This record gives sequence, C-alpha cells and structure tokens, in this order.
Amino acid sequence: MGGMLIQCQDVWKSYGSRPALHGLNLQLESGKIVGLLGPNGSGKTTLIKILNGLLTADNGMVLVDGSEPGVYTKSIISYLPDKPYFAGWMKVSDLFDLFEDFYMDFDREKADHMCRALQIDEKLRMKTLSKGTKEKVQLILVMSRRAKLYLLDEPIAGVDPAARDYILSTILNNYNPEGTVLISTHLISDVERVLDEVLFIQNGQIIRQALVDDIREKEGKSVDELFRDMFRTVPFGGGEW
Amino acid sequence: MEWKLDDSRPIWIQLQEQLTRKILSGWYRVGEKLPSVRELAAEAGVNPNTMQRALAALDHDGLTVTNRTMGRTVTEDRAILEGLRGTLAENIIRQFYDSAAELGYTKEQAQELLKRRDG
Repeated sequence: MGGMLIQCQDVWKSYGSRPALHGLNLQLESGKIVGLLGPNGSGKTTLIKILNGLLTADNGMVLVDGSEPGVYTKSIISYLPDKPYFAGWMKVSDLFDLFEDFYMDFDREKADHMCRALQIDEKLRMKTLSKGTKEKVQLILVMSRRAKLYLLDEPIAGVDPAARDYILSTILNNYNPEGTVLISTHLISDVERVLDEVLFIQNGQIIRQALVDDIREKEGKSVDELFRDMFRTVPFGGGEW
Repeated sequence: MEWKLDDSRPIWIQLQEQLTRKILSGWYRVGEKLPSVRELAAEAGVNPNTMQRALAALDHDGLTVTNRTMGRTVTEDRAILEGLRGTLAENIIRQFYDSAAELGYTKEQAQELLKRRDG
C-alpha cells in the first residue's frame, strides 16, 4: 500500500474575496486510482493546482511524498491541465523532445508506441490537429512519464465516448502501479469502474472519501447516482418573471 | 466473452461471479493458468485492485490456486468444481421459482409449466 503520498491539512485558498478552498483536509495513499468529484466551482482545479505548485495555498499544510510543492514534487508529478497549453507551431515530436529534456522519467519509446497505436503522425503540427487529437497527444505526454503522482484534470471531457474508453484503458495500462492517479471529472459513470476510491468535494472541503465498492455496498447504488442525489439542485420553482 | 457490469452492486462481486462462470463453463479449463491481474483488469476495463479482490475471492472459494512459480491456475480438484456448479444451478432454479411466484404460480404449477414446455 505504501505511505501517505498526499497530505493536506487545513488548506485555505481564496481568489480575492471569493473562497475556493475552505480548510480542506485530505490524506491519500500510493498505488490507487482516485476520482475527485464535485460540482462546478467546488474547488477541484484549485486543489490540483495547489498540489502541483501552480498555485500556493493562503494557509495550511500541503505535502506531496513528504515535501512541500517545489522542485522535487514537480519531478514526481505528471500533470494534465484542463486546457491545452502547447504552441500551435510545435510538432508532436517537438513536444516529445521537450518532455525528454525536462523530465528524467519520460519514456520516449512508450510515447512513440502510443502514437502509433492511436495513428497520430508525430510530424504534424499541433495547430493542425483536431481538439480530440490534441487531448490525446497531451495524455500521451502525461502517461509516458513514470511518475509517483498523476494529476489529471478533466481528461475525458472533450472526446467522444469511443476515445474515452481508449483514454481510460491507456490510463489503466500505463500508470505506474506504485503511483497514484487523481482524476477530476464530471463524467462519473464513465470512470467509475477504473477507480478505487472517490473524493467528494464541495465548497472547498472534502466531504466524503470512500471506496467505490463500499459506496455500492452501503448505498445500493453507483457513485454516479450517489453524486446526483448529493448535489441535486432544486429546479427554479417559477414565481413571477 | 464480454464483461457486463451493472450499476447497483459492488464491482468486485460482479467480477467474481463472471470469473466463476467462466471457469465452470470451461472457458478457462481445469489446471489452466489465468491471465495476470493487470491483463484481466485491462480486459474488463476495471481497476487492478478491484480485479485483485475478485481473484482473491476465487482463491478463497478454492476455484483457483495461487503458487509462486505458476501464478494463478484453475483448481484440478473436480469435487470443488462440481460442488460450485451445483450451487450455481440451484440459484438459477430458485430464481425461476421466485419469478414464477411473482406472477402468481405455485411451485407445483411452475413445475407443471416446465414439464409441459419440454414435453
């Protein structure tokens, strides 16, 4: 099982006067695939960006593999952002060169292999690729690293259902078994079966952490259904316009 | 053979049931080596830890045997296989009577229906 990979204690973050994380506590072990689930604006992306060091918390303790976010943690975290950030003029192979330079744990052969499997031509420039293909290239880059922690922010949001299945099996087949994968998503029913554990986040706090099969056993329903029940919003009841 | 998972029950239990059926139906033969946890997990599109839990349950039932050199193989103990096949058949029969009862048939009437259909 390994030790605690992520430890967050009483973590606060606000953007101006708008709070995003509200005294968040979290402990996560190695060797798991974990879903980070919550409604829009609940703090998912903020949490991920604090873990990978793109944002700093206003208050509280954040440790990844025992260290505060910094040079070391960046070397062990493989991060898939919610938006692509690559320059359009770059070829797929340029990106592979870049990652090879930047990250000791980048496996070029693995990246080439996935490209062939997905029939992506490495000589093409990013700006010529479709949205879905860009996302696939990004996922190839991220999953070709032998990282201790994979942070995937909405990895399947922009692709069709068939590509979703491919992406999920790519994650299953390529993650480092001693590492942990944290996936934030709204598409719960698509990812549920690949997860060990789920974290429900609401108003900047983790309100529930449980194993998928424990939820199914206790609640008699899927995580997707539980999510819908927990975060059901009452439709606007009319009144006068 | 396709993996079918429904939404209401724990995933590992469904995997265990389907693996049990694969073994009892001869999809995996007596003494045959099962694929690795990771291979099976990838095939079913599930988390490897969940698949591991299902396989441990097969070991516990005696359907599979794990040893260091060979990995996990289907048991060669035919008594265990026969015993479980009997249990499974019994479940199917019970389900049949339960469903017939829901439609308002007594056990005797249900048996009569079966006989008439096959005769």
